[in-house]
Amino acid sequence: MQDKSIDVNYVADLARLELTEDECERFSEQLNKVIDFIKQLEKLETDSIEPMAHASPVYDVMRDDVSRPGFGTDTALLNAPMTSNNQFKVTRVVES
Amino acid sequence: MQYITTIGLEVHVQLKTQSKMFCSCPVGFGDEPNKNTCPTCLGLPGALPVLNRGAIERTVLAGIMLGCETPPISKWDRKNYFYPDMPKNYQISQFDLPLCLGGGVLLYDHCYPKDAQKDIEESGKEIGLTRIHLEEDVAKSTHSSNGTSIDFNRAGTPLMEIVSEPEITSPEEAFAYLNSLRQILIYGDLSDADMEKGQMRCDVNVSVRPDSQEELGVKIELKNMNSVSAVRRALHYEISRQIRVVKEGGELVQSTRRWDDDIGETQQMRIKEDAHDYRYFPDPDLLPVKTEDVIKKMRLQVPELPHQKAKRFVRDFSVSEYDASVLSSDRDLALYFEETANESEAKKKVANWVINNVLAVLNERDLKVAQCPVSPSKLALIIKMVESGKISNNQAKEIFAVLFDNPDKDPDAIITELGFEPADSNLIESIVEEVVSNNPEKVKEIQEGNDKLINWLTGQVMKASKGKANPKIIGDLLRKKIL
Repeated sequence: MQDKSIDVNYVADLARLELTEDECERFSEQLNKVIDFIKQLEKLETDSIEPMAHASPVYDVMRDDVSRPGFGTDTALLNAPMTSNNQFKVTRVVES
Repeated sequence: MQYITTIGLEVHVQLKTQSKMFCSCPVGFGDEPNKNTCPTCLGLPGALPVLNRGAIERTVLAGIMLGCETPPISKWDRKNYFYPDMPKNYQISQFDLPLCLGGGVLLYDHCYPKDAQKDIEESGKEIGLTRIHLEEDVAKSTHSSNGTSIDFNRAGTPLMEIVSEPEITSPEEAFAYLNSLRQILIYGDLSDADMEKGQMRCDVNVSVRPDSQEELGVKIELKNMNSVSAVRRALHYEISRQIRVVKEGGELVQSTRRWDDDIGETQQMRIKEDAHDYRYFPDPDLLPVKTEDVIKKMRLQVPELPHQKAKRFVRDFSVSEYDASVLSSDRDLALYFEETANESEAKKKVANWVINNVLAVLNERDLKVAQCPVSPSKLALIIKMVESGKISNNQAKEIFAVLFDNPDKDPDAIITELGFEPADSNLIESIVEEVVSNNPEKVKEIQEGNDKLINWLTGQVMKASKGKANPKIIGDLLRKKIL
């Protein structure tokens, strides 16, 4: 479990969020409280407990590899704010 | 000072499934853009993914073929990042419990570049694998001056990521690694793995260090190589560049560089501050997989690997090791050879024929082995005719060429059409007698032991018979007459 308090600015940056100084302070406090809450786990004896791969003890929910037709181009593009040659058009993405 | 090169490869391979990884949209190429899409592969909010059993089975099979371990439980994680080719802002991938761990790729000699096959540093080298995990492919973006266009037909295609240990030490080994891996994937019918079609893509990590130095040099990642040869070229360029920087006392920075195959240079794309921070976490939408039953099922479907096939060809058909490796390098070629050899007594001749004649004609017409119109049994028949002395090898080639365009024709009918009917044996005998009596000196030399001259006399008889006679029979007749 991480010890240092959460770096809200860094996390906000990863999430592409712009926070005001005020928000930053407020969220920092709130998120640190969440971490403290989770930290209670450290007090428990967990050595004999098997790690879980999922919160629900269900496995192997799969479908067979069979295809069916998709939306079709026209339907797929109904929500697109901008299109070009049957494709979604977005601001030019520069390979950064 | 000598420099040591360390190379590791991350290879992405599109699996040959019918449907996508997390939805039932069809997988394929060449359709109208965005046709094969649904809320799941478009990343629309609220759409739920469902695992494709076929993709999981194929990945487990790849693991078995490459000697990997599969953990008893495998799970799915979200890799978070922002890019318009992945609009839900995370890619479903596998983090700590991938489908395959460990294993290795055996580098086949014939998978090295042709010009480097004579001096392979370590024949039979195996490159260790770190892991193979399964994830979803992203959409295809096309960049133009006024924007980026996105087609989601590719989004959600099952994608295996095969990560090697940094055990590759030269561009030639990287080349052999990719080709050997590709062959194995094709043998398992897991993927067509064609780099030029984007079915197999690869990122390369490369560093250099002076041989006196213990720790690895600065790792630089190369992107945008669209063929196996381009990977080799990019590595040659980048290794010399890195050595030059180090020699000149400069400092290399951990970064990503883009290969430009037209200019033949790598160019800096981005400098990495830290490793990418993808904030992986378990995907709550997908349940883990228990792998035991999948492994059991796929064990029964493991095909013979190329090197195993080659060994069997040497053992059962007495072909040379080299021929066996050529024949087994392509699954369809191996199948074609084996079917022909099974119908023929002269297995070695079949190997020669397939490698030298069949492949040549196919290459000439830019066809794949699977498209060869001449059936193995017809080829076996032609070879049998050569063996029995009915036709010469050159005549057989002509018959093969005719069959290639008219696969339904009967070889015997072609022989008549082309006038390859063996000449009247009386006529041949009289020509032989004539040639013998016209060349007393040559005959004498042959009688004194110069056996090679028989061929010359044979040529004379062939000429006189206008190519209708069979050289084998002439040779026998000449020997009988002279010796």
